Amino acid sequence: MTTHDTRPGSTGGADTPGPLHGGPDDDYTPEQLATLPREELDRLGARYDGVEVLHVEPGPEPGSALEKRAVRQVGLMFGLAGLSAFAFVVVYAGAGWFLPDWQWELGSNTFSVLYTPLLGLLMALAFTFFGVGLVLYTKKLLPHETAVQDKHDGSHFDRVTTGATLVGGLHNSGLKRRKLITRSLAFMGGGLGLMLVAPLGGLIKDPNEGDPLGTTEWAEGVRLVRDDGTPIRPGDQEPGSLETVFPAVPEGNRLSDAATMLIRLRPSQLEQATPRSGQEDFGYGDYVAYSKICTHAGCPVSLYEQETSRILCPCHQSQFDVTQGAKPVFGPATRSLPQLPLAVDDEGFFVARSDYIEAVGPTYWNRERI
Amino acid sequence: MARTATAPGAPKTLLGKAALEVDDRLIVAGPLRRTLNKVFPDHWSFLLGEIALYSFIILLLTGTYLTFFFQASMTEVAYDGSYAPLRGIDMSIAYASTLDISFDVRGGLLIRQMHHWAALLFMASIVCHMLRIFFTGAFRRPRETNWLIGVALLILGIFEGFAGYSMPDDLLSGTGLRIMSAIILSIPVIGTWAHWAVFGGDYVGELIVGRLYIAHVLIIPAIILGLIAVHLLILVKQKHTQFPGPGRTEHNVVGNRLFPTFAGKATGLLLVVFGVCAALGGLVQINPLWLWGPYNPAQVSSASQPDWYVMFLDGSTRLFPAWDIYLPGNYNIPALFWPTVVLPGIIFTLLLAYPMLERKLTGDTASHHLLQRPRDVPVRTSLGTMAISFYIVLLLSGANDVIADKFDISLNAMTWIGRIGLLIIPPIVYVLTYRICLGLQQHDREVLEHGIETGVIRRLPHGEFIEVHQPLGPVDEHGHGQLAYGGAPVPKKMNQVGGARRAIRGFFSPIEEPAAVELEQRGEDRGLAPAEPQRELTTSGRPAEGGRPSEGGRPSEGGRPQEPRD
Repeated sequence: MTTHDTRPGSTGGADTPGPLHGGPDDDYTPEQLATLPREELDRLGARYDGVEVLHVEPGPEPGSALEKRAVRQVGLMFGLAGLSAFAFVVVYAGAGWFLPDWQWELGSNTFSVLYTPLLGLLMALAFTFFGVGLVLYTKKLLPHETAVQDKHDGSHFDRVTTGATLVGGLHNSGLKRRKLITRSLAFMGGGLGLMLVAPLGGLIKDPNEGDPLGTTEWAEGVRLVRDDGTPIRPGDQEPGSLETVFPAVPEGNRLSDAATMLIRLRPSQLEQATPRSGQEDFGYGDYVAYSKICTHAGCPVSLYEQETSRILCPCHQSQFDVTQGAKPVFGPATRSLPQLPLAVDDEGFFVARSDYIEAVGPTYWNRERI
Repeated sequence: MARTATAPGAPKTLLGKAALEVDDRLIVAGPLRRTLNKVFPDHWSFLLGEIALYSFIILLLTGTYLTFFFQASMTEVAYDGSYAPLRGIDMSIAYASTLDISFDVRGGLLIRQMHHWAALLFMASIVCHMLRIFFTGAFRRPRETNWLIGVALLILGIFEGFAGYSMPDDLLSGTGLRIMSAIILSIPVIGTWAHWAVFGGDYVGELIVGRLYIAHVLIIPAIILGLIAVHLLILVKQKHTQFPGPGRTEHNVVGNRLFPTFAGKATGLLLVVFGVCAALGGLVQINPLWLWGPYNPAQVSSASQPDWYVMFLDGSTRLFPAWDIYLPGNYNIPALFWPTVVLPGIIFTLLLAYPMLERKLTGDTASHHLLQRPRDVPVRTSLGTMAISFYIVLLLSGANDVIADKFDISLNAMTWIGRIGLLIIPPIVYVLTYRICLGLQQHDREVLEHGIETGVIRRLPHGEFIEVHQPLGPVDEHGHGQLAYGGAPVPKKMNQVGGARRAIRGFFSPIEEPAAVELEQRGEDRGLAPAEPQRELTTSGRPAEGGRPSEGGRPSEGGRPQEPRD
């Protein structure tokens, strides 16, 4: 070993600490520390951490009435916490064993109704009593001390020395001079970065393929059926009523954009009806059918108030007037609900004459173009 | 180390020896001592962030439990669990397994409801914590980074919560998801492409619940957890801010050491937060999704509201006018885009940029560790209350149908109240707050100069009535106080400077004679019995909380009234 004695940080394998070892261990020998009482040691350590304990208000006198009362209080809290926790376990595990069954049945008014509230209450009591006991312990039994800790600004020495180490490393790497390495690194970095995000391309799909946003399952001759699949004849509905209908295709009542409202107008409504231009013949007699999917945010517009002829969307309160081609008359919606052209087939049931002639549901960037 | 093993005073107890063994290997005594000695300032408002942290712990624990049972699949099954009204009905496995958690897992409903409540509490405590940080100026240099992380946590929390309550695939969550789908579609140019990427096709598809699930249980929580870790590390490194008060400077922290005082109180708070969540989860029903039924695109229930932290966006969506913008080439920007993407974008950008904006506009680039009282920074405080009033109008508008229903107001009127209120209430609130701040500032100065109003009216020889004022410190020849305002609360009632006798002991019924306490106190005042030990520093600096203000800045000697002056 040729390690020089003054070389910091190492003694070259010798079993004696190097000269940088030490610190407080050199200032305070074990013998000195052994003579100090525990409180002094606590303060000494704190001072090394920049903390000065300014003032200690001791806890209650041992054996005093004050202490006994506080101990009783804390003990009571911990005891109640334990009691609640055990009670929780008893209720949790005992239900269906020696207690009535916990599983709730419709209309049941017995233990099963209380099961979840009881569990919650007991768990809450256990946690809260424990927490309150701890706070009481800290407040009433522990000494109250006021300590001050110093806050240090950054050290100039640290900055300069760290900077020197970093700059030294960069300098030694020679990256500033070795342009080929930096350029190839940048090239490689770009490639690797792209490679790592490329698999996300699997998420990308073409939304314009087959125009799924602009078309629904409605088509010429598709029957209008109720949720239970039964077809509808003119005359089935009272004037002024609304029924939600679906295309007669498999799972038609689960489609996200096909739900349609079949509305039979009252004679007075029919008189003032002003359909959208070009769609005057979309209705059938006093029947009109509009898409149920709101043109604002896609919620099903469901609330029909026949006195005012308005349909209200419960999500954002857009209102559509069924006598004016379901034109939005209030709220954030901008477009009329698309109208389904109606006809009646040979058997006398309602059918669609075609799909909706415009996109159903919320507006999007290129809706007008499709 | 080896030295300690043989040194005088080497540990003799088993625990001490074990500790020595550990430290021989890990050398943790030093860092551990530094941690235990760390000083935490003591103020209730510093607990708000802790509540957020503890509710996050509850979320992790209860959430992990829920994953044992929840199945994130949109495959349709016929429900055959124990909730009779839905038996035989077609629904997704996600909804069926959520019903099973509620009805067929022992204690599952409690855990599910605790999870939901803890999420609401998590978001609420983050918001309250941020308001505290904002109004006291704790975000100023050097703490801008932690402000940015905090805002990021808020945003992530909103997404995390949305993903969570959208997973069960019930009628309410499906409605929320439908609106989210419309929001994504409304983004100009890339809207449809983004929708196809997120949902894997047209709404609703088969994938979205599984994607929400992995985002909810892994991606977002992992980021939140990492950010919380950085947030806390920076906090430990930079140390806490504190309110100005006796002995408190820009270069120290006054309070309690971590061990044992702060640790005891913080653990107590953690347990109480757990207790509150358990109580809410057990006793207060939340999202009874068996009542909503499975999702069906053709159905919706009225009063479909999101969780509270998303409700401001629902409100903005309801209020925004029907303004589609048509561009040449038959392109258009849907009205939905502005209140749901642009508005939150602006709100959160402003929130993120606020520390930098304020630094730029005020030119205050110094480091600050002492907090400000909101009244001392009227512009910031007014901006803050203005933002809050803007937010509250949006929040209430998110429930305007319920308000209209319960208070019998026209729904359209509620919309118009919201639209107009959103524009005129914030400026009014700004002006009012500004005036209130100035008034409070002025009153502080007035008390410092003229003293506390004692309520004692004196009649002067020439017949004039005056109120006797108690000066807070030394006065000049005109009787004007010479204390300068130090950014700390100024006592304004005689009780706060020791004018009142101490409270009579006893719970419900007094256990001591008020008259005896009065006498005892007078005896103390005359120095007959030792008063409470003098404290140089106080926990809150407020004399009412037992603080003994120091000489020369505060009323001396426990605020015992000096010679009253006029």
